[in-house]
Amino acid sequence: MSTPVKQTSATPLGRPHAGVGDRFRLWWNAQSRPAQWAFGVPFILFIALVPILNIPVLTTVGTNFGAVMAQFGMIALIAIGLNVVVGQAGLLDLGYVGFYAVGAYTVALLTSPDSPWNQTGEGNWLSQDWAWLAVLPVAVCITAISGLLLGSPTLRLRGDYLAIVTLGFGEIVRLLADNLGEITGGGRGLSQVAYPQLGQTEANPGGLFSAGNVAGRINSGVWWFWLSLVLIMVVLLFVGNLERSRVGRAWVAIREDEDAAEIMGVPTFKFKLWAFTIGAAIGGLSGALYAGQVQFVTPTNFNVINSVLFLCAVVLGGQGNKLGVILGAFIIVYLPNFFLGRTDLFGIPINGNEIANYRYLFFGLALMVLMIFRPQGLLPARQKLLTYGRQLYVAARRTAKRQHGDAGTGDQHGTTGAEEVSR
Amino acid sequence: MPLLEIKDMTVGYGRIEALHGISLSVESGELVTLIGANGAGKTTTMRAISGVRPLTRGSIMFDGQDITRMKAHLRVLAGIVQAPEGRGVFPGMTVQENLDMGHYARKFANKAEYQATLDHVFELFPRLKERRAQMGGTMSGGEQQMVAIGRALMARPRLLLLDEPSMGLAPMIIQQIFRIVSEINATGTTILLVEQNAQQALSRSDRAYILETGEVVKSGPGPELLADPAIKEAYLGVA
Repeated sequence: MSTPVKQTSATPLGRPHAGVGDRFRLWWNAQSRPAQWAFGVPFILFIALVPILNIPVLTTVGTNFGAVMAQFGMIALIAIGLNVVVGQAGLLDLGYVGFYAVGAYTVALLTSPDSPWNQTGEGNWLSQDWAWLAVLPVAVCITAISGLLLGSPTLRLRGDYLAIVTLGFGEIVRLLADNLGEITGGGRGLSQVAYPQLGQTEANPGGLFSAGNVAGRINSGVWWFWLSLVLIMVVLLFVGNLERSRVGRAWVAIREDEDAAEIMGVPTFKFKLWAFTIGAAIGGLSGALYAGQVQFVTPTNFNVINSVLFLCAVVLGGQGNKLGVILGAFIIVYLPNFFLGRTDLFGIPINGNEIANYRYLFFGLALMVLMIFRPQGLLPARQKLLTYGRQLYVAARRTAKRQHGDAGTGDQHGTTGAEEVSR
Repeated sequence: MPLLEIKDMTVGYGRIEALHGISLSVESGELVTLIGANGAGKTTTMRAISGVRPLTRGSIMFDGQDITRMKAHLRVLAGIVQAPEGRGVFPGMTVQENLDMGHYARKFANKAEYQATLDHVFELFPRLKERRAQMGGTMSGGEQQMVAIGRALMARPRLLLLDEPSMGLAPMIIQQIFRIVSEINATGTTILLVEQNAQQALSRSDRAYILETGEVVKSGPGPELLADPAIKEAYLGVA
């Protein structure tokens, strides 16, 4: 009796046909915390240095590579936020660009001289130097509230209905921005949005983060990329902790089977609203970054097609896997820019601009191919290891040790659960 | 005082009324069965008791407390736990994780209590212990039913609602499931069972209600109803 028990409970860990991702996850979980830092920190440093190293294969021809990486950072933030909503809680949100817009417009409305609500001028409460940083939390809060407001009536809907309503929300935000000309400047948009004032020199009067800082390797794009990297890590820590908490387990249960979750005593509406609000806040954060980087917002930047593109990043990368969706964001941002302005690839003459123009076609095709061959995405989430991750591994290792010593019954999963309870 | 008392409960889906004012009660420690054909309103009754479906009229009392308007997750806290129809196992979670979702709302005071409850579930369903690391979605129908019941037991229900545990299972498995249902009841858990399989359900239950198109048409002790000629004809297929 005890032998088959051991075998079956060992399978998810030592499964012979586990994919590369699972093997990596196992290996990663097997490392001690210091070892994880020892691998993780150089890797993050490398990512941070990519725009400076200017690796010939990676670099972009038509646009500044730093700017591309900055854009990647923002879309990665968006993908992480959208992943909370779509990947974790399983709520299909097609209007995510609306939150991005709310975040960007909050910053622009409060800091652009074109806006009637500008607070940066003489005698107003925002100081010129700190305006962007001061408005950042405001933008995040307002976006979170917008998520709450949109969520409370709509999250009673499910599946396709929710998708349609959120799609409408995205359009409403854009149309409001376009038509409230008095406030938002309509189609002209809002210019001279505040940005972090840092490192002004004579050669570079706007500072490091200014859109005017385009010269050299470490231009404004690189600085924005670094800033977004820091924010990404903060958000990843926050979201990661949530996922491992009771909230995360409630989300997984809701995604798997909402009725069953309700019957198990999960207040589903409350947790769906949480997912929506947190996702919205992260989208707003990214929008605020965007407004600061470009220093200019117009409604056309927030077309619905962007929502689809964000969703594409999440689905392409792997719903539910935070690293996966970051990879998805990278692909979505980088590939079109890679082709932009390129006239030959490995000696073959190509018209890169045309290829970049048809990016929606190619992403559409890529999604279709993916749905057939790898519906779970490039870096799929392993739900089980997602919720229990480390504990499962630690428990299994403990059992393995015990089995080395003597033939214990190997009750490792019981202990796993108990640890979960005690937390 | 009955543990569960339903009075004149009316539930509708839009304009269509599925239950036309049914009344039933479950005493503490009883195994009560609700028998009915497809569309009689069995599952609707369960959903209303669980709080997933609102009542249009009538009341539900649980342990002397009016829970008619209580939210579903609070009812779980109060001790009403359902193993849903069609099993409702979380397909992407392992058996162990499914079981752990059972006590999501009703947390254990300590590890020992958790372990004792888990051991009890594994004692009832040794199969689950073997398959604890397997994904819920890859289990057979019978095993999924076991997961659903086991998961409900992890919440230590005061009233266990079982919605058609025999649905779509082989006769052998049905026998096994019903035996375990009796066993759970024997250890002191009050059970309200909804069934189409009248033979098994009636022979094992203390009392039973016959539900027809949203109305209770007959009630009485299980074995007595089993002997009733009209019921024999309608639900057991013997003239």
